[in-house]
Amino acid sequence: MSSDFPRKVAILGGNRVPFARSGGAYAAASNADLFTTTLDGLIARFGLAGEQLGDVVAGAVLKHSRDWNLVRECILGTALDPRTPAFDLQQACGTGLEAAIVVANKIALGQIDSGIAGGTDTASDAPMSLSDGLRGVLLALNRAKTPAQRAAALATFRPAYLSPQVPANVEPRTGMSMGDHMAITAKEWGITREAQDELAVASHHNLAAAYDRGFFDDLVTPYLGLTRDANLRPDSSVEKLAKLSPVFGKGDGATMTAGNSTPLTDGASAVLMGSESWAAAHNLTPLAWFVDAQTAAVDYVNGRDGLLTAPVFAVPELLARQGMSLQDFDFYEIHEAFASTVLTTLAAWGERRVLP
Amino acid sequence: MASLRNDPYAALLSSPLGKRVVDSLGLPQPTKLRRYAVDAPVLDGAALIGGLGEDTPIADRAKALLETEGVEIGDPFDTLPVAAVIVDLTAMAGPADLERLRAVVAPSLKRLTSSGRVIVVGRPWESARTVEQAAAHRALVGATKSIAKELRAGATANLVLVAERAEDNVEATLRFLLSGRSAYVSGQVIEVGGTGNGDSLLLPDDWTQPLAGKVAVVTGAARGIGAAIAEVLARDGATIVAVDIPAAGQALAGVANRLHGTALQADVTAADTGERIVDHCHLRHGRLDIVVHNAGITRDKLLANTDEARWASVLDVNLLSILRMNEAILGEGGISDHGHLVLVSSIAGIAGNRGQTSYGASKSGVIGLTQALSRDSAVQARGITVNAVAPGFIETEMTGSIPFATREVGRRLNSLQQGGLPIDVAETVAWFSQDANAGVTGQVVRVCGQSLIGA
Repeated sequence: MSSDFPRKVAILGGNRVPFARSGGAYAAASNADLFTTTLDGLIARFGLAGEQLGDVVAGAVLKHSRDWNLVRECILGTALDPRTPAFDLQQACGTGLEAAIVVANKIALGQIDSGIAGGTDTASDAPMSLSDGLRGVLLALNRAKTPAQRAAALATFRPAYLSPQVPANVEPRTGMSMGDHMAITAKEWGITREAQDELAVASHHNLAAAYDRGFFDDLVTPYLGLTRDANLRPDSSVEKLAKLSPVFGKGDGATMTAGNSTPLTDGASAVLMGSESWAAAHNLTPLAWFVDAQTAAVDYVNGRDGLLTAPVFAVPELLARQGMSLQDFDFYEIHEAFASTVLTTLAAWGERRVLP
Repeated sequence: MASLRNDPYAALLSSPLGKRVVDSLGLPQPTKLRRYAVDAPVLDGAALIGGLGEDTPIADRAKALLETEGVEIGDPFDTLPVAAVIVDLTAMAGPADLERLRAVVAPSLKRLTSSGRVIVVGRPWESARTVEQAAAHRALVGATKSIAKELRAGATANLVLVAERAEDNVEATLRFLLSGRSAYVSGQVIEVGGTGNGDSLLLPDDWTQPLAGKVAVVTGAARGIGAAIAEVLARDGATIVAVDIPAAGQALAGVANRLHGTALQADVTAADTGERIVDHCHLRHGRLDIVVHNAGITRDKLLANTDEARWASVLDVNLLSILRMNEAILGEGGISDHGHLVLVSSIAGIAGNRGQTSYGASKSGVIGLTQALSRDSAVQARGITVNAVAPGFIETEMTGSIPFATREVGRRLNSLQQGGLPIDVAETVAWFSQDANAGVTGQVVRVCGQSLIGA
């Protein structure tokens, strides 16, 4: 391999639609609608109409079976050159991040010069499927060649088969929701209700202030009448949050409420990445460089790890590989649905309890 | 077809029965106007060219232009149809010479085809050498406006006043007025002078791409007239930076992507928007040549019911923001020398409108700003032009929401008996944006079909 690689990977800019509460502003929008709008906003901001990019990688967690080629279909609906390749990937909450790692690695290796990574999800437009029973009847009916076989297939039908399979907000192997999993972890780590409420309130206030000072003016493409995140509560206060009852976990020690947990949300986002020379040729100034990434997984089924604690294990490995410490960074983003996840992660990093 | 859908009267006229009804009632019958197309000829028929005396510098140039474009020069003594008549009266010394206007134009009017053109050329009367000369040249204003009102079938009449030694600067204006670009411009007076800094102006290599290589900013570009301006500037060769408020981001992205430009989400009233525009243009496109201050709002209410906030919002968006943004745009590292600023005023800024005191004030202020800035010595020294367009009744979403009767009055009370289209405003803006038009500055051109309002 030429010594020119790996090369530097520039993060050039991003875009998203405002995030809506599920069943809200985007109730009638599909994953493709959300992502296409997000992409077109990004394309307009960076003057990419008609451009052929190296690759576009994105995904969704909740996908219809018809969306087997979701991202590529989105590309064909945007202003990009239709010869821009694209593919879907899926890694639960890590879908968008994994997409960014893939695009960055391709650029670093010289396989592509530019790319977009992203993610889209709508819990409003969730797919439903037929019950296994009804599928069995229909498949048998399809195979049947004689009237008798058809009659036999139909005879296996039971009215209960008519109820559709709705995707449940639970882990298949534990039957517990993410929130209930997190409640266990938060309890183990002694994350207090007060600390969670404080973090949630600060998060709302900081986001509101960022909108007010125009920080998001060129980061968001409004969609379907929504110009700001619908989950944003600028008037949130610790006093108000203190009144809410816990919704995850059970009994006295339960701390996670609707106020310090994120509701199901619809939205999409995308980030533009490129090689140094591609950025220069397009007169784009790199905002940051993509240096490294690390993914981890934990044994939350039989082991003692919390479902959402993978970053606690991933980051020390990343730091060790790069010979860096957390103090070498100006910004951290801990992206999770619950205040307690952020606080647990910070506590774990701080105590270095997870370091080998 | 957009106009037909919004204009039930025009739709009625397009049916045989509707036409009979309208004929028998003697109601106005708007003509489908000839509009510009890249592959359309400058003029779709022969042109008559006349003048006073031996020295007819503009007639000579018009003739050369038309010959280059393969347009036939008509015979003044036959009766065949003509698509335009151009009369060069720059040599007039006194009112007696006005007879020449009558002698050339009168016989040609019956020969004028649909969407025909009458172009009268004189000298700016303020710089006349004698009182007689001033009177004669000023008389062309009343004459031309009257001719425009006499014309039918989409024909227009406009007056061009060419300053001495600025004769070479008239080509872009003649082309504009002859072509479909000026479809909804009638009864206007356009002054063509020297370039601000005395440089000779640059003619384009290709008149279908007069803005080739230029970078143009359009504010309020997400929809309506702003989107049409962006589209026409792009068609004429410019790279577009489309600016609108963040809340209009989705529509803005659509405009920018369609034109292969870039979108800049910014509120024109924010303190740093001028700098953001300048930085964006230079960082991303390497230059800034044309700025169209189009963003505007209405908060219509009788003045008696207008509170401070309502009043302030209109003046801030429509007028103060332009002054603020111009500091960065005209400052160090901003717009190029020989650049062009185009402001969007309104007929309401000329005539006023009941319930539009704030809007009328802001749009009238835009005219003052335009005229004063065009005379600013630093702006002139850099050869930057500053002009304004004042739209009349234009068929947009905004006018579509006016009650039917009021809308019909606005739409019909003009010499062309119809509303204009956003593209008509855009064509005038694009003409103001041409380097070839550097002799035109400080002008306010109405795109109103010679509306009776404020005339």
